[in-house]
Amino acid sequence: MFATGLIVFRETLEAALFIGIIAASTRGLLNRSRWLALGVAVGGFGSLLMASAIGEISSWADGVGQEIVNAAILGTALAMLAWHCIWVSPNAHHMVQDAKRLGSMAAQGERSLWAVAVAVALSVLREGAETVLFVAGLTSSPDVSGVGMAVGAVLGLALGCLAGWLIYAGLGKVRPQYLFGITNVLIVLLAGNLASQLAKTANQADWISTLGESAWDISWLISNESALGMVLHGLIGFDANPSQMQVISYLATTVLIWLAASHMKNRLAPNRPSGVGVTPIHQPF
Amino acid sequence: MKTFSQIFGAGALCFVSLWMPASSSASEQEVRIAIKDHKFEPSEIKVPAQQRIKLHVHNQDPTPEEFESHSLKREKVIAGGGKAVISIGPLKPGRYTFFGEFNPGTATGVLIAE
Repeated sequence: MFATGLIVFRETLEAALFIGIIAASTRGLLNRSRWLALGVAVGGFGSLLMASAIGEISSWADGVGQEIVNAAILGTALAMLAWHCIWVSPNAHHMVQDAKRLGSMAAQGERSLWAVAVAVALSVLREGAETVLFVAGLTSSPDVSGVGMAVGAVLGLALGCLAGWLIYAGLGKVRPQYLFGITNVLIVLLAGNLASQLAKTANQADWISTLGESAWDISWLISNESALGMVLHGLIGFDANPSQMQVISYLATTVLIWLAASHMKNRLAPNRPSGVGVTPIHQPF
Repeated sequence: MKTFSQIFGAGALCFVSLWMPASSSASEQEVRIAIKDHKFEPSEIKVPAQQRIKLHVHNQDPTPEEFESHSLKREKVIAGGGKAVISIGPLKPGRYTFFGEFNPGTATGVLIAE
């Protein structure tokens, strides 16, 4: 039961943290919960489909079907987060500052939430398909107690969701003027994590074999299997033993998205003094 | 703004060019292992260092398993009764542990490159 719970927890954690951060960053946008719930539902349904087709998928393209599907999932999710960081978030940032435009912010949110909803669906799909396979495998094993397994799986899922809720609630305590800044950094790091995993997948499929050696190995300090390692992986893309290409992809992605987002933020502030968008407007006495 | 676009473009280009496929010319070694009763057979494999290796994994259990290794940077689901080929290397001499993520208590193994 414990082993089952731990495995389900591990699979759930990454997606739950992802959703927690996205939910915190889109707080206050019209119909946000509906969009995110739709993402989770579509991702969950997709997990069932993908798990049932895993044998078929694996045999595609001389055995690299899984890598193709994973790369497509990671690449699309990365594009959605980049879009959100570069075009949506700088916009929302300024609209929140400008109370008169709150109404238009809600409308804008509605139009741009599809991107994060897709990213959420893909995150659930990636972790969910593995969970479904694992649990389905257990149910067909004669040597596992059905009740213990079910309890373990439900507990693991619940604990994973709790972790996601905790990050969401924790971010909820942040004062509104800092919230956007913090969630923007977190989402850029989530994008870096996706890029790093994309690099790992590309190496596994043999599409890129350069820079596949370890950049470092600190598993003696924090292993990927430890609780801290798992949480840090979900939050900032931690990997105890990444390849050089993973590190380069992570850094390049975070820096490029950050530069592009700052550039857009400045462009979207036509009436404000150049540079910083948070300059307060001084009221005459 | 123009400078920004130039820097951004150049950065993106550098990044993309890093991703170009590289040709692998080193000779390849084929290794076969099986998963049976949630265990790897054999669980210890010696392979030559500095060579490309094709690891053929045959899951003889009816349940799925995920072959995973942090040091080899590989994770691949293998359906019940299914087979998978995992390309690895060239490896530096050393020990590379791997495990079955769905049965980490029993499915463990190590690849020794020498």
